[in-house]
Amino acid sequence: MQELLQQLANGIAWGSIYALIALGYTMVYGILRLINFAHGDIYMVGAFAAYYLARLTNAGGANPSPALALAILLGSMLICALLGVAMEYFAYRPVRKSSRLTALITAIGVSLFLENLGIRLFGADPKFFPQLIAPRSISLGGVMVTNHQITVVIVSVLLMVSLSLFIQRTRTGKAMRAVSFNRDAASLMGIPVNRIITITFAIGSALAAAAGVLVGLTNPKIEPLMGIMPGVKAFVAAVLGGIGSVPGAVIGGLLMGVSEYLVVGYLSSTYRDAIAFVILILVLLVKPAGLFGRNIAEKV
Amino acid sequence: MIRRNGTAYLAVLLGFALAAVAGCAKQSNEIPVGVYGSLTGTTATFGISSKQGIELFIEGVNQAGGVAGTKVRLIIEDDQSKPEEAATAVQKLIDQDGVVAVLGEVASSRSMAAAPICQQAGVPMITPSSTNPKVTELGDYISRVCYIDPFQGMVIAKFARQTLGLAKAAVLRDNKNDYSVGLANYFTESFHAMGGTVVVDEAYSEGDQDFKAQLTVIKAKRPDFIMVPGYYTEVALIARQARELGITVPLLGGDGWVSDRLLDIAQDALNGSYFVSHYWEKDPNPAIQKFVADYRARYNSTPDALAALAYDAAGVLVHALEALNEEDAAAFKTLIGPRGDKQTAARAKLRALIAGTKDYPGVTGRITLDAKRNAVKTATFLGIKDRQYEFVAVVEP
Repeated sequence: MQELLQQLANGIAWGSIYALIALGYTMVYGILRLINFAHGDIYMVGAFAAYYLARLTNAGGANPSPALALAILLGSMLICALLGVAMEYFAYRPVRKSSRLTALITAIGVSLFLENLGIRLFGADPKFFPQLIAPRSISLGGVMVTNHQITVVIVSVLLMVSLSLFIQRTRTGKAMRAVSFNRDAASLMGIPVNRIITITFAIGSALAAAAGVLVGLTNPKIEPLMGIMPGVKAFVAAVLGGIGSVPGAVIGGLLMGVSEYLVVGYLSSTYRDAIAFVILILVLLVKPAGLFGRNIAEKV
Repeated sequence: MIRRNGTAYLAVLLGFALAAVAGCAKQSNEIPVGVYGSLTGTTATFGISSKQGIELFIEGVNQAGGVAGTKVRLIIEDDQSKPEEAATAVQKLIDQDGVVAVLGEVASSRSMAAAPICQQAGVPMITPSSTNPKVTELGDYISRVCYIDPFQGMVIAKFARQTLGLAKAAVLRDNKNDYSVGLANYFTESFHAMGGTVVVDEAYSEGDQDFKAQLTVIKAKRPDFIMVPGYYTEVALIARQARELGITVPLLGGDGWVSDRLLDIAQDALNGSYFVSHYWEKDPNPAIQKFVADYRARYNSTPDALAALAYDAAGVLVHALEALNEEDAAAFKTLIGPRGDKQTAARAKLRALIAGTKDYPGVTGRITLDAKRNAVKTATFLGIKDRQYEFVAVVEP
């Protein structure tokens, strides 16, 4: 029983990371109907941005400071928000009027570009993320969790709650929902569609960066290709939750994290990555719209 | 516009031609030796240490006038810690650079990817530190200067069972890695034979970041120690995550732990753990101390066991080249001369001389190759205490 609880606790912390990445997928898809395959690589850039910021500010090591850790998190989110905006402006905007396939292939191109640029700039060998917060293990009735895992869950929850408040309560959020509902109609109502799309990319990329920093905190090994697998899994999480749905992305991410831990814990580590694709196939067979997705007939 | 392009084109062509001429001119009065290793990627320190060990030895040889008056030229290729890149690198060394012999790799999976290419081309390959027995079974052109995993696994089992008096082992192996799977199996076999039991056998894949699921299963089985026959990056992360889950038992492992990054990553998590290595840098033996001092002077760092083995691998190769020149100067001339059919026979002679290495005085001990071209050598047990390595014991074969 305790073993199961331990696996669940680890799975939830890990799943929060997937949830943060999945949010970016789902937001961009909701607005542009584009699967942004470069999203996982933004997460990688987020981790590296934090790594270099930490080196620049001499964070971690002997005197870890939570305030500095927060500053590094925000700095990395800002850098990735700018990167996301640039990516949209230079890569996706020119092909927005073309077919969806063109945009999809562009996304794969951007993804490969970021990965190889990462290898060029950061080097192919793994880097070790500094200890921004001193690690401590806490026993909750025999279940061991670290303060890092707790930080991951708390920061993720805070970000997710503020995101849904933003979407539901602000004018910009309302505009985002309008663009997602019908881009042309929104444009006719005077909503600046381009600006809304830019904001969506900025927020989605900032969330991916946050995921990258949090992963660096708990699993301190970062490398330029680290975004591929989490990117794919977060994409499956978004599909599982219903792509385009914000609460769906969160639930999908957590389910992915927990199922991965249960598979490794009770079956075999060989199936760790396979489970994501099994889930994807099952969702597509049984409920293609996902858990929280709306089934809308495509107009032909 | 067209004219400018034309001129640029000509300049490029001329450049290529000059480079080609320079390349040819260089080859005729040097001995080209190929080196491939993981200079980048998950096991970057393996490749860097090996490269530095080889370079140190060859620089010494060249300063003393080379082999029979001919300098050795190293051509070094990076395989990015990937087996498929190792195969490509060795193919390039043989086809394009025309090397007389190849030195590398550390990881058995990568040596096994490159070995068939060397065997096919009839180019002798010496691996400094691949310990999986299958490596030299791939062909008679493949040799090594280190011990093999059945011995290493037995040594770890014996140390755990008899020296530490532990009975219940957990194994956490890297399923994608020939070295790790082999060492885990040999350990399990020996540990069972000595009356111990393996209570749980879990696996991960090289490159994984998170091992908590496996460690949670291991924790529930309450082993006396965890055998982790992996490479340093994963070992250090496993150690950290084990401590985070409240697992306090020692970790044991093999020579895949050897890296100056191990304790940087693991911090305090490996205190109280033990592993097998190939030599001990503070050994008072003057030959070892001279090597350590030379290495420090050249690279400003302490040579690890992989640097020492690479130094010895280069030594065995140079020794064989010298012997070839003494026994059959004509064959030596053919070997290092322009490429031709006769080189095959000369390389076969070089191969036989490498395979016949006897009592070569290396820094990792006396090297004698057995019938399967494996070195029979002692293993050195090291412990970790307060983030420092300490010598524990030497085990005779």
